[in-house]
Amino acid sequence: MIQAIVFLPLLGFLIAGIFGRLIGARVAGLLTSTLLVIAALLSWYVFFNTGFGGHEIRLRLFTWIAAGGLSVDWALRVDGLVAVMLVVVNSVSALVHIYSIGYMEEDPHQPRFFAYLSLFTFAMLMLVTADNLVQLFFGWEGVGLASYLLIGFWYHKPEANAAAIKAFIVNRIGDFGFALGIFAVYALIGSVAYDTIFAEAKTLAGKTIPLFGHNFDALTVICLLLFVGAMGKSAQFLLHTWLPDAMEGPTPVSALIHAATMVTAGVFMVARLSPLFELAPTALTVVTFVGALTAFFAATVGLVQNDIKRIVAYSTCSQLGYMFVAMGVGAYSVGMFHLFTHAAFKALLFLGSGSVIHAMHHEQDIRKMGGLAKHIPFTYAMMLIGTLALTGFPFTAGFYSKDAVIEAAFAGHNSMAQFAFWMTVIAAGLTSFYSWRLMFLTFHGKTRADHHTIEHVHESPKVMLATLVILATGAIVLGFAFKGVFTSEDGITGFFRDSIFSANGHKILEELHQVPLWVKLAPLVMMIGGFLVAYQFYIRKPELPKALAEQQPLLYQFLLNKWYFDEIYDFLFVRPAMWIGRTLWKRGDGFVIDGFGPDGVSARVLDVTRNVVRLQTGYLYHYAFVMLIGVAALITWFLVRGAG
Amino acid sequence: MAQGWPILSVITFLPLVGALFIAILQGDDEAAKRNARYVALWTTLIVFAISILLIAGFDRANPGFQFVENKPWLGGTIRYHLGVDGISLPLVILTTFIMPLSILASFGIEKRVKEYMIAFLVLETLMVGTFVALDLVLFYVFFEGGLIPMFLIIGVWGGARRVYATFKFFLYTLAGSVLMLLAMMAMYWQSGTTDIATLLTHNFPRGMQNWLFLAFLASFAVKLPMWPVHTWLPDAHVEAPTAGSVILAAILLKLGGYGFIRFSLPMFPHASEFFAPMMFALSVVAIVYTSLVALMQEDVKKLIAYSSVAHMGFVTLGLFSFTNEGVQGAIFQMISHGVVSGALFLCVGVVYDRMHTRMIDAYGGLVNRMPLYAVAFMIFTMANVGLPGTSGFVGEFLTLLSAFKVNIPAAIFATLGVILSAAYALWLYRRVMFGTLEKANLQDILDLNRREMIVLAPLVVLTILFGVWPGPILETSANSVAALVDHTRAALAPAKAALLSLQ
Repeated sequence: MIQAIVFLPLLGFLIAGIFGRLIGARVAGLLTSTLLVIAALLSWYVFFNTGFGGHEIRLRLFTWIAAGGLSVDWALRVDGLVAVMLVVVNSVSALVHIYSIGYMEEDPHQPRFFAYLSLFTFAMLMLVTADNLVQLFFGWEGVGLASYLLIGFWYHKPEANAAAIKAFIVNRIGDFGFALGIFAVYALIGSVAYDTIFAEAKTLAGKTIPLFGHNFDALTVICLLLFVGAMGKSAQFLLHTWLPDAMEGPTPVSALIHAATMVTAGVFMVARLSPLFELAPTALTVVTFVGALTAFFAATVGLVQNDIKRIVAYSTCSQLGYMFVAMGVGAYSVGMFHLFTHAAFKALLFLGSGSVIHAMHHEQDIRKMGGLAKHIPFTYAMMLIGTLALTGFPFTAGFYSKDAVIEAAFAGHNSMAQFAFWMTVIAAGLTSFYSWRLMFLTFHGKTRADHHTIEHVHESPKVMLATLVILATGAIVLGFAFKGVFTSEDGITGFFRDSIFSANGHKILEELHQVPLWVKLAPLVMMIGGFLVAYQFYIRKPELPKALAEQQPLLYQFLLNKWYFDEIYDFLFVRPAMWIGRTLWKRGDGFVIDGFGPDGVSARVLDVTRNVVRLQTGYLYHYAFVMLIGVAALITWFLVRGAG
Repeated sequence: MAQGWPILSVITFLPLVGALFIAILQGDDEAAKRNARYVALWTTLIVFAISILLIAGFDRANPGFQFVENKPWLGGTIRYHLGVDGISLPLVILTTFIMPLSILASFGIEKRVKEYMIAFLVLETLMVGTFVALDLVLFYVFFEGGLIPMFLIIGVWGGARRVYATFKFFLYTLAGSVLMLLAMMAMYWQSGTTDIATLLTHNFPRGMQNWLFLAFLASFAVKLPMWPVHTWLPDAHVEAPTAGSVILAAILLKLGGYGFIRFSLPMFPHASEFFAPMMFALSVVAIVYTSLVALMQEDVKKLIAYSSVAHMGFVTLGLFSFTNEGVQGAIFQMISHGVVSGALFLCVGVVYDRMHTRMIDAYGGLVNRMPLYAVAFMIFTMANVGLPGTSGFVGEFLTLLSAFKVNIPAAIFATLGVILSAAYALWLYRRVMFGTLEKANLQDILDLNRREMIVLAPLVVLTILFGVWPGPILETSANSVAALVDHTRAALAPAKAALLSLQ
């Protein structure tokens, strides 16, 4: 069963990848989609069987790396936490595969596209079912590779290539921390297997890692290093710059990788390693802080973007921040809840955007849209559901999970919890504003598109719309249906069991239900406020935003340019690295080493030899001569000594 | 050893027989060229087939030398002593495996084909000989002799600046070789034997170890190459013909790493420990420095050459951690790098044969016309980057893991290499492969032909196979490495105990 779930996508990848041209686009799409649908159905079975039924799976496949004391296995492990990820990954992946049959219909490279999608799914499944840190790292980098390939899928576009490389390298910066974290775990515990690490983690309390003359608390260092990896993958503040650029890839990719699954890997990692993080309160405080800051920061940038996909991308970034806030205050299941519902409504929003883009002939700028609701009413309805869920409209999925995160932040005990509470509340208002701004500019008012485009606006093929319906259903019911599992202590005992660990026995889940009423109402008020402001700005007085932007040019430019992170990084890292590289090459290798080494010596040698012999003999003969003399001398000497 | 026939001698000298055979071929016409090519190919294939017997007969549980041949040779002391253990066996197989591929990749050579093939076959004998020799003099002859055919390959069949490149190669190697020769004499002077197996258990005096270590270092560091004696490598690679580059990267560089494992660590444990911080420092500098330099290269071959230096940095990093994980990782890294860098140079050769330029600027958008080539190149690029699931990951991971145990700052700086390698490798890939096919002379470039596919396919398979299942190499080397590490540690233990008792 679990083998089928994990390896069917791999099979799809191999068939579509190797025989793609042979079987053709249609078959490749249908085949990979079918395999994924099977995997998704099996995942739901496992979800109930493992989660509610308590049948955990531990399956060791074979040894991967064994050297010295290190032993790393290929293994599949499924418990409550993994079961959640399995359904998220496979369901969204299956829907995205099906959606792509319609969306990518005119693309000449469809088999390659489906192969990459399936490869991604396989890597993601290896990531979540890992039983040790190294397999987690395998999946981690594997999804990075798939993400790189899919962002750069349209390889003739320079922006797509640049975005792909950027995504890979920024993720590698995260992986740099992740790798060091693994090394540190191995150095201190002598194993990379989860069970051993979790069992031994307590013995690390009070131990230190000496570095650059300081002694750092071992657990804190390990958790922070691992968290750097999570920050890279989940596009958290400072390492977020790749995610908006990743929108250069085809839209189904954005829905699958950059909304529902891969970017949540960091959140999953913190939950998976909760037995470690729980012992490092400082690290958890950092997690809370980074999550809160990202939630706020990304929402502010989302306010002013004009590319429909980039708005949704910043929204994703911001929502990931929410999840980390929940993780940081120890409400792991709440964070997973938001991950779970977010996968549905964010995939819906992306695929809906894809439907808009499809209708608009690959136009993504919302300033050139408007009034589309009557042209593509079905897509409009779907986007509306997604927006309601994202903004936390009562009784939609986002309402339950987002409010639970905010309440958990309020109830949290670490020193950043209050900061996180206020940031997430403010971000809720901002979320509402930019979401409605997107809706109003795209679907309402008079159209700003040219005649030619608007005449050809058409609803997407049924295969695409069908997937939207399924996701929309999820965006409505998942929160209500599963709130018991994720936000109550019964959920821990009845579903997650030991798969997530809390040092104080998940007390936060009890406390978050006892927060004051105003805390419970705050996100709702912010949501309504955001909606009203957006309504005022874009329906009632459309001239207002422009006036405001002109009145506050500095702030507007600051937000429009995404807090200038790309420019700062370019100045701080990219240019210096290139400058150093060139300098080391020309000055270091060329001038210093060669100058004083071989070239310098050769110049002197040439000076001397020119007077002694003609140089036509060539170096080879010199060398052979010297070597022979050497051998002769050596042998003679041995013989003489041997005899004597 | 129930070996009825001297299998190691056969593997070592069979290529010479093939070379002789080519030498007596008559004529200079097309037929003679074709004969020369096929004789060389078949010779190397047969050698490879026989070397597979080594794997079959090899006893992994035995950490010592196997398939030993030990006969008197010169006088009483110098013996013809051959044998392989878990450390040298993978390298021998790597050599015999890469050789047929190199020959096959050289079928396009038209100039002096007979001499070319002879040079490669002689080179194979000398390289295999180096790995199986268990006598100092024998080792020295093979080790240094291997450079002569390499000089010829670069000097005769090389590019425009081949004289400069050979010269640089020569100058660097000469300095190292002289010092190593002196060190070998001193070793004999002190121990009274040239037998490597015996020397492995000989205790050299502490002070002498340092000098011997440095003398060997001079030779091995150039070969590996370590920073700052690496500058011959980019030039040699750039000027060498494709197969020359492949052999250079895949095998000749490994002689240095092998030397460290065979001589420096077990014979001079105290010196190794004493110099370990320096070796770490040089490794880290190599990784970071050459990765940065690789970033700015305009020549594909130079870029890969610099990346080779960085990857060899991981080898020394692992070796001087004195742990099982580190030394096994270093051996694995050598094998993996042999496969991957060899494959990358073959990939460069594919487009060089078509366009006759190595400049990155001259390419762009190749994926449009060469999808198969793009796939192969992508897999090797990812292996070069050290992506888990490819062979490149295992070696880097093990060496960094072990370095972290011993020296945290070194591990941190070396791990920066994973970021930089991604940067230069992906940027190269983008500039050569992606984008639109704009350049006029690339418009009708052809994808891989059948011969090129046959050459690259086994390398693709091994890259992924060893990435998912590195067991064959790790298990082969495990016991020999464990014995080596135990021996080295045991040699160091009394000194540490003495130090403690003083306190």
